[in-house]
Amino acid sequence: MAHAETHDPNTPLEYRSEIGRLNILGFWIFLGAEIALFSTLFATYMVLTHRIADGPALGELFEVKSLLIQTFLLLTSSFTCGLAVHEMRRHNVKGLITWMVVTLGLGLGFLYFEIQEFLHFIHEGANIGTSAAWSGFFILVGTHGAHVTFGIFWVTMVLIQVAKRGLTPATSAKVFITSLYWHFLDVVWIFIFTAVYLMGMVMHHG
Amino acid sequence: MKWDEFFVTGDPMIYGADVSIVLTMVGILFYLTKYKKWKWLWDEWLTTVDHKKLGIMYIVSAVLMLFRGGVDALLMRTQLAVPEAKFLDSQHYNEIFTTHGTIMIIFMAMPFLIGLINVVVPLQIGARDVAYPYLNAVSFWTFFIGAMLFNISFVIGGSPSAGWTSYMPLASNELSPGPGQNYYLLGLQIAGIGTLLTGINFLVTILKMRAPGMTLFRMPMFTWSSLVTMVIIIFAFPILTVALALMTFDRLFGSHFFTLQGAGMDMLWANLFWLWGHPEVYIVILPAFGMFSEIISTFSRKTLFGYKAMIWSMLLIAGYSFLVWVHHFFTMGSGALVNSVFSITTMAIGIPTGVKIFNWLFTMYRGKIQFTTPMLWSLGFIVNFVIGGVTGVMLAMAAADYQYHNTYFLVSHFHYVLIAGTVFACFAGLIYWYPKMFGYKLNERIGKWVFWIFTIGFNVCFFPQYFLGLDGMPRRVYTYSEESGWGPLNMVSTIGGFMMGIAFLVLVYNMYYSFRFAKRETTGDAWDGRTLEWSTPTAMPPFYNFAKIPEVTGLDHFWRQKQAGKVEKLTANELKPIHMPSNSGVPFIMASFFFVAGFGMVFDWMWMAIIGLVGVFGTLIYRSFEYDDGYYVSVEEIIETEKISK
Repeated sequence: MAHAETHDPNTPLEYRSEIGRLNILGFWIFLGAEIALFSTLFATYMVLTHRIADGPALGELFEVKSLLIQTFLLLTSSFTCGLAVHEMRRHNVKGLITWMVVTLGLGLGFLYFEIQEFLHFIHEGANIGTSAAWSGFFILVGTHGAHVTFGIFWVTMVLIQVAKRGLTPATSAKVFITSLYWHFLDVVWIFIFTAVYLMGMVMHHG
Repeated sequence: MKWDEFFVTGDPMIYGADVSIVLTMVGILFYLTKYKKWKWLWDEWLTTVDHKKLGIMYIVSAVLMLFRGGVDALLMRTQLAVPEAKFLDSQHYNEIFTTHGTIMIIFMAMPFLIGLINVVVPLQIGARDVAYPYLNAVSFWTFFIGAMLFNISFVIGGSPSAGWTSYMPLASNELSPGPGQNYYLLGLQIAGIGTLLTGINFLVTILKMRAPGMTLFRMPMFTWSSLVTMVIIIFAFPILTVALALMTFDRLFGSHFFTLQGAGMDMLWANLFWLWGHPEVYIVILPAFGMFSEIISTFSRKTLFGYKAMIWSMLLIAGYSFLVWVHHFFTMGSGALVNSVFSITTMAIGIPTGVKIFNWLFTMYRGKIQFTTPMLWSLGFIVNFVIGGVTGVMLAMAAADYQYHNTYFLVSHFHYVLIAGTVFACFAGLIYWYPKMFGYKLNERIGKWVFWIFTIGFNVCFFPQYFLGLDGMPRRVYTYSEESGWGPLNMVSTIGGFMMGIAFLVLVYNMYYSFRFAKRETTGDAWDGRTLEWSTPTAMPPFYNFAKIPEVTGLDHFWRQKQAGKVEKLTANELKPIHMPSNSGVPFIMASFFFVAGFGMVFDWMWMAIIGLVGVFGTLIYRSFEYDDGYYVSVEEIIETEKISK
């Protein structure tokens, strides 16, 4: 609601309107639902991981190099996203936009290498229809990748709004919420890194 | 695809349905055009973000779905009335039990309850709307579109026929070819988006929008039950989302999650489905419990007995609801240890439920009970629900379940809990809050006829099914032999089913009768109620609900104010302008694009699915760039509104 509120000067901009506070809380709860969603995908993957039928084993095709590049890009993007919000707290629109653009660049880089990796797997004879294990892999990792893709579009839209309107309680809440989303995807990636790639390679190579 | 594959052909009943659908559509279009109602429809309903109107639309949709699901039920009962009947063939019968189950749970029970939650909860907590009114409209329209997509299956493309549980491999391309099963997947997926958003919306609403002084432990029990339900929704619905998506991939894009080929695992579907499905059972029963708590307290003229015990037992039930899913397939190879664990958790759920039953009984103890129709439904609930609960504990014993599994004993059990629990509550809640929604009560005398015809019919229909089940009659068979000896009890059951159908018609007649003849309420307090929704000065609250947000000092605040003779009268000088959200047509348009996308996916027409999804994202972007801060209702307008109604 738009009526005047009095604030502690230390209250971040995104928490200064009731709608901003409500939206941020609602988004945290939405992330709870996202955890349930990814948990289900992880459980599905774990159940199916050894059901490879006539296809290759998962760990057989995983490559450390591509994995490390993807991981490095995404984790760094989470850091730069944090810097962007830090700049937002200092009411530095230019810094915010700069670091968010860096974040988006790193996200795009992550997507590029992920798509390359998927194409490589498909080339090696492992696609979504090869076996239950590969179905589980492509859906779990693909859902994460789809989230990153959506995030790139979303952050872009929000940045356009910041550029047009400047930092207001409304736009800053939007930036903050996209940053929560971005960090969340980073956390999910850490689980994918561990449960899918690391365990897949350890299981395969012993 | 040829046109005779696109439309369902060859069955005279389907042609009859085609004709009636076309006639109804033409009738509606004619009415709207002749009486120039298009603008009214758009301004007042299609674009509304008012929780009360959205709630009414949920309830109207749910009543329509109750009719559809009820017709399905009566078709099944007609087929089963005598042995070896030829009324329906096996495929048609399979389609009908599938749509009956799916519609009754997803498109009747849930929207009916969510509708009542929409109407009542913001009023009960003293709020002017929900936390996200726009999102609330998105929720409604995605539910509605999902329901419509599911419902057109029986005239376009063919209905799903793998049961509402859609076990694999039965629901696979090989065994369920054609678009039918896709309708199930896409219809539920789209409606599920709306449900999840409702979960988030009402959780935040209840946590953050309560009137000053209303601490968590001063909230009315229906609000509490809604809060707990929303938490279950938030954690259970993503599981359904994933399960449906995986099966969609299996059917459309050749993945091997649940298939027999490619080392897929069919039992994984059963597990995922019930990991959502069992919490779902509690999603449709906890709000029912909440309503009975309100009604029993109001008509016993007493504060609810064991308020805190009620809350803790609901929280326990919510936790347990995620720990019992395996009891739906004890006989499907889980092993003794696993079965034992889930057998015990299942029986444990009976304990908090029993606590609630006793609390309702003790609420009535030494109360001045008024036998109004909502109270009759509540009393009927206690008796009949206990029968369903006791047979549930019988089913919970894994070893014994080998005898009951997949028989009419189970069918009867879950109808005793779902009808006597959820449906009785929907009727009770509808009648109880009817004056809040429409400004007059439903006729009590006709209402009592509805109650007795329905309740007697319900028992005549389902009680014999326990014995049919114990006698070995399996569920989901489209006919049975003369020698089985199941004929007489099935005939009795069918008679009961038709009594329920008659009761439904009398209920609809009552709506018409009361619309014409019922005395209009002059105050907001039709039942001498206890909670804030009854404290509005007008029978139907104005769109902003409360001219002045009430300050709450304890449980049953409004009741205690009345007892002390201290009900505050509104004065003009304490009014302030009220901030309200603007209407929006975007949710309706977005949901229409969801329909296009869903329809395309159902028929595997990817171009159409892509157009639909682009439209969905387009509306999302449009909304993101729209900065609408709502508007203010001026003090003059408030004064005028409140005066006119006095």
